[in-house]
Amino acid sequence: MIALPTRRDEDWRYSDLAAIERVWPLPAPERLVVAAGAQITRTIVQDRPAGVAIDALDVVIGAGGTLVIHIMAMGGDYGRVSIDVTLEEGARFDLGGVILARGDANREIVTVVRHAAPGATSRQVIRSVLDDRATGSFLGKVAVARGAQKSDAIQSVKALLLSRSATANAKPELEIFADDVKCAHGATVGELDANALFYMASRGISTDEARALLTEAFIADALAGAPDLADRAVAWLRR
Amino acid sequence: MLEITDLHATVDGKAILNGLTLSVAAGQIHAIMGPNGAGKSTLSYVLAGRAGYAVTGGTVMLDGTDLLALDAHERAAAGLFLGLQYPVEIPGVSNLTFLRTALNAQRRARGEAEASGAEFLKLVKREAEGFGLSLDMLKRAVNVGFSGGEKKRNEMVQMAVLAPRVAVLDETDSGLDIDALRVVADGINRLRSPTTATLLITHYQRLLDYVVPDRVHVLVAGRIVRSGGPELARELETSGYALDAQSSLAA
Repeated sequence: MIALPTRRDEDWRYSDLAAIERVWPLPAPERLVVAAGAQITRTIVQDRPAGVAIDALDVVIGAGGTLVIHIMAMGGDYGRVSIDVTLEEGARFDLGGVILARGDANREIVTVVRHAAPGATSRQVIRSVLDDRATGSFLGKVAVARGAQKSDAIQSVKALLLSRSATANAKPELEIFADDVKCAHGATVGELDANALFYMASRGISTDEARALLTEAFIADALAGAPDLADRAVAWLRR
Repeated sequence: MLEITDLHATVDGKAILNGLTLSVAAGQIHAIMGPNGAGKSTLSYVLAGRAGYAVTGGTVMLDGTDLLALDAHERAAAGLFLGLQYPVEIPGVSNLTFLRTALNAQRRARGEAEASGAEFLKLVKREAEGFGLSLDMLKRAVNVGFSGGEKKRNEMVQMAVLAPRVAVLDETDSGLDIDALRVVADGINRLRSPTTATLLITHYQRLLDYVVPDRVHVLVAGRIVRSGGPELARELETSGYALDAQSSLAA
């Protein structure tokens, strides 16, 4: 992209455009190729206390290859992680993404997953925990190419609002040009369960502790296989 | 031990408790019975400090501690336990984590040493077996996938591990088959000691076949309208609450 994005650009509609302008032009996305049959695990952590954090990846996963990415977006005034993945035959892409934001922070994860050939699998699990006036967004497009039969794509996107003034955006998008595919997506926005909070209090657990336990449970699905990140999330939640 | 005096409470601005007075001495089990809508569950939530239940008058003392001045979790640390009619499911939080967090939070609040992992596990294993739940079940998320009976057994395990001074059991007997009812009754009888007190809130007399209360109170329209010995429960089972409801209206 050469010109600055505007609100009319779908992928940037929830972005902090003023913050982007300060770091414009953005560096070219990092290119990552997973060789056929290979397995790569990547972790993207945005944890600087302030400023703008941008991570962008352009990925091709070769036939039968697997890429596992964990994202922990927990720092910066504005943070954006964008990933464009092309899956070749029988390839697999697993994404577990967590957005933690409070204050006035704005963080987003934007993915485009292209099932270019038959038999590929993608699993995207995104959990956002938003407090104060923070904004967390996930924009996820799944494109299944003509002939990419037996594609299997799942998006699970959930946001937890710890404050009524926080904002969650979820924009799943499916573009399917094959007829024998499984594509599922679900998006929810909710608050902590008042019944569970009372139940915990009635057993002696303080409100802060109860909120932390429920919130940890909420993000756990996105952090399977990443215990270090789970620990960092716990530290952030209890701060 | 538990002294409730002239308690008034509202829910959504509607008066539910209207001057409830009740005293449960250490070592005693009292039963509160009453028709639907009398305020039985409201009483239990008010005692436990649930948000949305506003106390508009009266006092509740637990061994000289003003319960109403405490937050819900502080009341638990002060020795109050509420057994819920519908125990809550908490996906993603294991029973063991939940219970150990609760036990140690209470101990910290009381200035006591926390239970070590080994000490806690030994304690919870003993109580789980006593109430017919396996340790494997307690490794699962709180009440998730538990049957109605298993949830109530789980309440009893929690009660036994937390060892409260005053237990308020809200319809703990509802929806139980006879085996589970016996297990619950056994739990209540085991908690019975010269230094603890229990308040059983129940719609039916059935549980009182297994737990013999020292006193039975009839709650109608937010007040205790009649009290008596264990024989009162049986009388109510046959005569119902119609007479009490009438006299309450007349008053």
